Amino acid sequence: MTERLSGGDMLIRALQDEGVEHVFGYPGGAALHIYDAIFRQQKLEHILVRHEQAATHMADGYARASGKPGVVLVTSGPGATNAITGIATAYMDSIPMVVISAQVAQELIGTDAFQETDMIGISRPVTKHSFMVKRAEDIPLIVKKAFHIATTGRPGPVVIDIPKDTTDPAVLAPYVYPEKVSLRSYNPATRGNARQIRKAVQALLEARRPIIYAGGGVVQGNAAGELITLVRKLNLPVTMTLMGLGAYPGEDPLSLGMLGMHGTYEANLAMHEADLVFAVGARFDDRVTNSPAKFCPDATIIHIDIDPSSISKIITANIPIVGDAKSVLEDVLQIVDAELRDRPVNKTARDLWWRQINEWRDRNGLNHHLKPEPGKRILPQYAVQMLYKVTGGDAYITSDVGQHQMFAAQYYRFAQPRKWINSGGLGTMGFGLPSAMGVQMAHPEATVACVTGEGSFMMNMQELSTCLQYGLPIKIMALNNQALGMVKQWQDMQYGGRHASSTYSDSLPDFKTIAEAFGHVGMRVDRVEDLEPAVEKMFSAEMRNKLVLLDVWVDPEEHVYPMAIKGGSMKDMILARAGEGKAEPKE
Amino acid sequence: MQRRAIISVLLGNESGVLSRVVGLFSQRGYNIETLTVAPTEDETLSRLTMTTGGDEAHIEQIIKQLYKIVEVVKVQDLAETEHIEREIMLIKVKATGPERDEIKRTADIFRGQIVDVTPDTYTVQVVGPSAKLMAFMRAVGNAKILEVVRSGVSGIGRGARVLGG
Repeated sequence: MTERLSGGDMLIRALQDEGVEHVFGYPGGAALHIYDAIFRQQKLEHILVRHEQAATHMADGYARASGKPGVVLVTSGPGATNAITGIATAYMDSIPMVVISAQVAQELIGTDAFQETDMIGISRPVTKHSFMVKRAEDIPLIVKKAFHIATTGRPGPVVIDIPKDTTDPAVLAPYVYPEKVSLRSYNPATRGNARQIRKAVQALLEARRPIIYAGGGVVQGNAAGELITLVRKLNLPVTMTLMGLGAYPGEDPLSLGMLGMHGTYEANLAMHEADLVFAVGARFDDRVTNSPAKFCPDATIIHIDIDPSSISKIITANIPIVGDAKSVLEDVLQIVDAELRDRPVNKTARDLWWRQINEWRDRNGLNHHLKPEPGKRILPQYAVQMLYKVTGGDAYITSDVGQHQMFAAQYYRFAQPRKWINSGGLGTMGFGLPSAMGVQMAHPEATVACVTGEGSFMMNMQELSTCLQYGLPIKIMALNNQALGMVKQWQDMQYGGRHASSTYSDSLPDFKTIAEAFGHVGMRVDRVEDLEPAVEKMFSAEMRNKLVLLDVWVDPEEHVYPMAIKGGSMKDMILARAGEGKAEPKE
Repeated sequence: MQRRAIISVLLGNESGVLSRVVGLFSQRGYNIETLTVAPTEDETLSRLTMTTGGDEAHIEQIIKQLYKIVEVVKVQDLAETEHIEREIMLIKVKATGPERDEIKRTADIFRGQIVDVTPDTYTVQVVGPSAKLMAFMRAVGNAKILEVVRSGVSGIGRGARVLGG
């Protein structure tokens, strides 16, 4: 006989049946039936955050690090609206997430009831899809559909809005969790078109100056292994977007590092001069292309993406391929192997291309004046290099948004996918700490560090309390420049140094004391010579089970370079601060 | 090159789906000139027709974005192929003195029907492509038009081809 359950119990049972282990959330009136259902079971762990935004970032970090969908539970009204920033963050970066928002009872919807808000309406532009539950018995199918949509095709957040009356413990309905689900109007592509793939391989093998441009889709699509095989087989230069870092090992000589606004000199020059750009799982974001009209003038564009609407949106693709990165790259490899039997890669052309790239690389754009000198302020780049050294390049690194994010992306040379976790698309300050918590939940034994700035950190630092409750031993490196560094940098460069609302050095809290007040370990360093011992201590065995916040007072005048020149092509970059005599005109 | 598109969409008849379509257009800065939506012979499906404009890349992007809406089953730009386009207009015009006959004659030329009459006004129903409706309005002249209600464009492909799920 079919089991009869209340809507609240059905929801939790469906999550269990979906294999969900953690739910990140915050209770409230409309969600109380659901919370009671959570209380009466043991399989599913609920993580109580201190602000709903953090719940979404935690679920997001969990999803990015584990590849499994993150699950959020919030109450109606402010609970739901607080979750929006995190939903939008996940949407922009295509992260699988299911957000369950409680809603006032159906009879109250539309009456401006207490804690009522139109969550479906508010979340619509930042979700892949959303559902409103009307009857308890619909819950299992809706949950099944929500997870299916969130995790397939181009992943993204899905909202389930659940009115309180549909979770009423007094109303029982039969519970059957569907084995699978089919949606008439939702059939995302997986395999790429064979003829297009063949064309792409021909173009790739014929190219004299090819480059691989890999994005977050390679990481999300678990295609890093295939990418590495392809790159090494053909001795190809590979550059990665901010979201793609780790898709190919950063220390490998074939990697040109990150491209784009703060990308390496060699990556951007190689893109500009390439005769073939092989884009996979990347979306030609404005932070990559600079002016689309001047983008890669000589290149044939191959664009592989799971989302047809990403293709030819900004840059017209000559060879578009809609498909899953992993499956398309598998097909590419198969054809490449067959072709290579008949004709080897043009070695002379490839050597010439590499010689040119290595000349650009020798300009050493990232290390223009990185010399730690005793008695001088700590350079933020140096702090990230130290983090890289001490963690052996093997930690999960989350970041917030701003200069520290770019320094982390540039100087932590990620060797593996899913280890670099940051808000690339939306650029959400306050993402770093809660996402690190989600990563730690997914990988309890792993080293998880959050590289943040004092500005971003203050946006969600209440979660230090959650960290204590759940024993999350995250290591926080706050690059404290006593200002909103990236804003200040732009003001220095484009607004005559007028620092409108970007500084607050006279009102900063003592972060060491804050960490201690929350029951954690706080440290502060000002001098270069103290940095290494402090970072060593942070990652020492003694601190293994403790959250440590290291407040690193860095040079507040430091800018992020290289930097693209606005409105230019990809080769138009500034390599060092103008006025230091190192401004780099275009080649 | 800028051109007009008649985007025909077959979509699941679920609550909130219209707001997803309209929201997509405002969110991405696409212009909607006309919009009509009604159920089809299959009660689980609605047919939505909208007219918009732009260059080929823009129209292609609109179609791709529409496909991302989960309930959207099928999208087609009718303007790209042989099609029939109809719009219905109810137009109330001043009809007094010698002009009263003139309005009647103009309506006849456009195969319009007078569907309501008062001593001083005619309400005329005109059916056809948008251009015909515009031509009728020009023929009558703005000074005489009291009220215009247009349905927005509906369209269907010519021949045996259908927009199916």
